Amino acid sequence: MEVAFYLSGLVAVLATLGVITNTNPVHALLYLVVSLIAVALVFFSLGAPFAAALEVIVYAGAIMVLFVFVVMMLNLGEAVVAQERAWLKPRTWLGPAVLAAVLLLTLIAALWRGDIGLVISGETLTAKAVGTTLFGPWLLIVELAAMLLLAALVTASHVGRLAAPDKPPMHQETGARKEVR
Amino acid sequence: MSWLTPQVTAIIIAMLQALAVLLGAVLLGAVLTVVERRLLGLWQDRYGPNRVGPFGSLQLIADMLKIFFKEDWIPPFADRTLFVLAPAIAMASLLLSFIVIPITPNLYVADLHIGLLFFLAMAGINVYAVLFGGWSSGNKYALIGAMRASAQTLSYEVFMGLALMGVVAITGSFNMRDIVNAQEGFWFVIPQFFGFCTFLIAGIAVTHRHPFDQPEAEQELADGYHIEYSSMKFGMFFIGEYVGMVLISALIVTLFFGGWHGPWLPPIVWFALKTGFFLMLFILLRASLPRPRYDRVMSFGWKVCLPLTLINLLITGAVILLVAPE
Repeated sequence: MEVAFYLSGLVAVLATLGVITNTNPVHALLYLVVSLIAVALVFFSLGAPFAAALEVIVYAGAIMVLFVFVVMMLNLGEAVVAQERAWLKPRTWLGPAVLAAVLLLTLIAALWRGDIGLVISGETLTAKAVGTTLFGPWLLIVELAAMLLLAALVTASHVGRLAAPDKPPMHQETGARKEVR
Repeated sequence: MSWLTPQVTAIIIAMLQALAVLLGAVLLGAVLTVVERRLLGLWQDRYGPNRVGPFGSLQLIADMLKIFFKEDWIPPFADRTLFVLAPAIAMASLLLSFIVIPITPNLYVADLHIGLLFFLAMAGINVYAVLFGGWSSGNKYALIGAMRASAQTLSYEVFMGLALMGVVAITGSFNMRDIVNAQEGFWFVIPQFFGFCTFLIAGIAVTHRHPFDQPEAEQELADGYHIEYSSMKFGMFFIGEYVGMVLISALIVTLFFGGWHGPWLPPIVWFALKTGFFLMLFILLRASLPRPRYDRVMSFGWKVCLPLTLINLLITGAVILLVAPE
């Protein structure tokens, strides 16, 4: 199983590199799907088959399909490939690459010292601590934020509705159109 | 014969079983193409293909010869990589799903803990075949077909998974063998009748079978996502559809109709008979139903089937909690 772990980890890294360097958006998304499946295999070899299956079902099977769907609808042509190629020139990626390298060095240094929980001052806030704070003293704020998001959703759905067509009222329902009175 | 240890024998038997299941699925898919046309002829009061061999039984060989010798044409405007990849995904993802189906107590490929989830994952991957096939063809009809297919499949996969969760809740396991063994006394179609109905509908929609064959509607889209495909690449999509039919039938039998369980006859015969019944049902549906409008298909999925599966799941959960010993 160790061989499977390292192999699929390698595939995940290579596929992710493919996502970044590929100039065709749809091909890049295909690389991303491969990367996600490779990560699922990593989970599987680590003894978490449930997480692996969910990774494939949720990420590769649902979310990425929507990504591919939207990219296909945009009908990106040669212009986008040229633009992507321009963005891959050293002059463009040098700055972000240096900054990312600094972050990578920090991460490696932190991992090297072996003490992940070390902070400047105070104690480490775990996900559990954040959860208990959010759903304890700040519950009202969380609920208000949820209602705000719901209101935004309803508004978007209302604004996005198509106007009634210039046709006589139909007896049948007509998809997403407003009801004709 | 010193190398023929019990371990080696077990590996060889497992490989032979996997090969048998693989070949069985593909061959059954291929034979179904002819069987379907004959049965459609019978039910629609006309002759089907009845010229080649006695009662048209050699039609399959004629079809295969034709499909192999056609020119394998890739349009110059197509995206070559994805164009070649799409039929392979279509076939492979469906065939891989067969490994979780236990045909008899001894004939199975893999006994996964997450059997049912594995099938759902493969069904999710299968969407890419249609999406990439339609997009890479560089044809607007193919693209519209792919759009319809992916929207329809995504919508129906939502409650396909939910429809199965009732069965999982009763059994308490995703493992297909556990599910079949739990149906020793009574089949799950009785307590999970609505789960069965919605799964059947979702299964038809996900395999794009009539009446949910919106992606390939000949009248509007001139064959949808595989319009630019020819020869064996088209053959993969074509056989893949029938393999999907076999897969959904076998899953319905495994999940709702007791798998191999049944009196008198050996397990494999029961499994084959039940699967055959659902294959006939698939074909009968195609023979008898018209194709609904596309927006109707979508609103039926979201407004009728999804609430139905949710209510079914809610009631199943409540009953399990009520009946469960403390």
